[in-house]
Amino acid sequence: MSDLSFASEPYVLRLYVTGNTPQSSRAIKNIKTICDFYLKDRYNLTVVDLYSETERAQDDQIIVAPTLVRHSPLPIRRLIGDLSDTARVLSALDVPTPNSARET
Amino acid sequence: MRFLHPGKSFSVELLIYLSNFMTTTISKLKLKPLQKSPTGIRGLDEITGGGLPTGRPTLICGGTGCGKTMLAMEFLVHGAQAFGEAGVFMAFEETAEEITQNVVALGFDLKALIARKLLRLDYVHIDRSEFEETGEYNLEGLFIRLGYAIDSINAKRVVLDTVEGLFAGLPNQAVVRAELRRLFRWLKEKNVTVIMTGERGDGMLTRYGLEEYVSDCVITLDHRVVDQVTTRRMRIVKYRGTTHGTNEYPFLIDADGISVWPVTSVQLEHQASNERIPSGIDRLDTMLGGQGYYRGSSILLSGMAGTGKTSVAATFANATCRRGGRSLFFSFEESPSQLMRNMSSIGLDLQQWVKKGSLHFQTVRPFYHGLEMHLARTIKLITEFAPDVVIVDPISGLETTGNALEVKAALMRLMDFLKMKGITALLTDLTRAGNAVDRSNSDISSLVDTWLVVRDIELNGERNRGLHVLKSRGMAHSNQVREFFMSDNGVQLKDVYIGPNGMLTGSARMAEEARERAQQVSRHEELERQQLSLERKRIIIEAQIAALRAEFGVEEATTQRLITQEKQHSASLALAEAEMGRNRQRDVVKEKGTLALKNERKGGKA
Repeated sequence: MSDLSFASEPYVLRLYVTGNTPQSSRAIKNIKTICDFYLKDRYNLTVVDLYSETERAQDDQIIVAPTLVRHSPLPIRRLIGDLSDTARVLSALDVPTPNSARET
Repeated sequence: MRFLHPGKSFSVELLIYLSNFMTTTISKLKLKPLQKSPTGIRGLDEITGGGLPTGRPTLICGGTGCGKTMLAMEFLVHGAQAFGEAGVFMAFEETAEEITQNVVALGFDLKALIARKLLRLDYVHIDRSEFEETGEYNLEGLFIRLGYAIDSINAKRVVLDTVEGLFAGLPNQAVVRAELRRLFRWLKEKNVTVIMTGERGDGMLTRYGLEEYVSDCVITLDHRVVDQVTTRRMRIVKYRGTTHGTNEYPFLIDADGISVWPVTSVQLEHQASNERIPSGIDRLDTMLGGQGYYRGSSILLSGMAGTGKTSVAATFANATCRRGGRSLFFSFEESPSQLMRNMSSIGLDLQQWVKKGSLHFQTVRPFYHGLEMHLARTIKLITEFAPDVVIVDPISGLETTGNALEVKAALMRLMDFLKMKGITALLTDLTRAGNAVDRSNSDISSLVDTWLVVRDIELNGERNRGLHVLKSRGMAHSNQVREFFMSDNGVQLKDVYIGPNGMLTGSARMAEEARERAQQVSRHEELERQQLSLERKRIIIEAQIAALRAEFGVEEATTQRLITQEKQHSASLALAEAEMGRNRQRDVVKEKGTLALKNERKGGKA
């Protein structure tokens, strides 16, 4: 039921990483897995490498790496860390997972 | 150089040897003395011996509202404006707009500095409620951000205000600590001079123990309340590798930002001037060896309430301004307009000097700031105004702010400061009822060069004022008490009346003088009368003399006639006798024989 309410609105996510550090690679891998599994075709993920776009850190208020920012749906959420704690990522992103929760 | 001189002691030789050794060792190691980055904050560079350690972090800590952010911002702005060093201000608590707005009052135009690429503001927004921890992380984002800011304007100075926001904002303190340690290493490598601010903690310098990351220089700021009066103080807790002032120094935050006033000089090294400076009261100058005070000396003017201390002080200020000098008048009891009105009643137009800018009144009550703060403010004002004459009316006003010892110490420092600057100081002191007039309340009489005492002389139901010079170093001053009074033409001094009834002043003196004048007039009349009678007497006597002379003339003429007749008679008698002798043929008796006969008669008598 709740799927319907979010169905129309895509998730706009931006992941800020710092080059190829293990944490960065893990974060990229984790978010892709989560999105493909729970938000298939309902998400828009951008990965920003702060090393190559240094001014973005100030412009987007980033101090922690890796940081995942959910721009949509509002409110803006900031997830810090390598996103390895899937349950926390899902709850922080407000991804409705009634089925998956039962399955696991 | 190394051989032993017979006259020199061995220890001296050893010292020379050691110093030579050390010099060569130091030059071998190519050690340079610690480089310092001047803060441009007045006084702070003095007590730190040149500024903050270049390329190293400095921790500025203190309670809320003690001026940490202000100091840090001034460090950057002065760095940009005066020393050509660009700076990055990373704020964790206030937004860039707020910071820009806050320093507008100090005349800092941050926007212009940002436009000239001399400053970069970066507001780091951290809200713990926004963060969700989902795994391992680090603060590389902050590093990138700061690194980008530094590199974009080639900054030499960095302020982090305050990184404690990280502790509050991020859930994992262990990560924050590890990352901070890395941050300061990284900043040292970038060779930027860093100020990090920190909030005071319980029993430690900062709440999160930031001092453990900064080992080079720690400065604490303090905003302490003693007796309901706050004083800002600054202390350098440590400064590795250099000497520094260790005291707590009062500092000010005002329209010009922060200034530290280390007034702790206890040396007497000032140059004494031979130049004299008139007091504005001619008779007083006469009393002071004819020329007035010495320039740069300190004058204490003590007296009971209502004895005219302020008037003497204002006269001095007026005279100084009239000669083209500058006067600074600290008035703790009257507002400038009241003072000027009152002084116009004795013919002193102080308004004109205020308009011209050569006279300035400072009328803040001292207990508003506390003694240290007040002293610092006073000295700041004196430095800025550069007066020839400073008047403190009265120093008793300071006593409300501290204990007697503190007041004395503060006054001593103030007077030392004034002497070093060659400024003449006139301090008035209110003698409390019951105290001896020759005892000043603040016990500073030994510090002053000239001490004038104005006192009441109560006589015949009226009070009058007397002024005398109790002491005046280095000049032959009068020992006389002069009557002191105020007229439309200012303060004047008059001789007191010293008569058989003692010293008289006021109307008693006038009455005495009038009586004396009357006496003098009557004495004068008496004299004239006596002169007249003498003249009359002379005329009478002269008339008498004339009469007598006339009488005498008659008598003389008669007598002469008688004598002549007698002579003629005797001559004719002798002639007759000679005739007769010739007739009887008598022998001639000579004149000599007559004399011999007389002598014989005399001898017979003896």
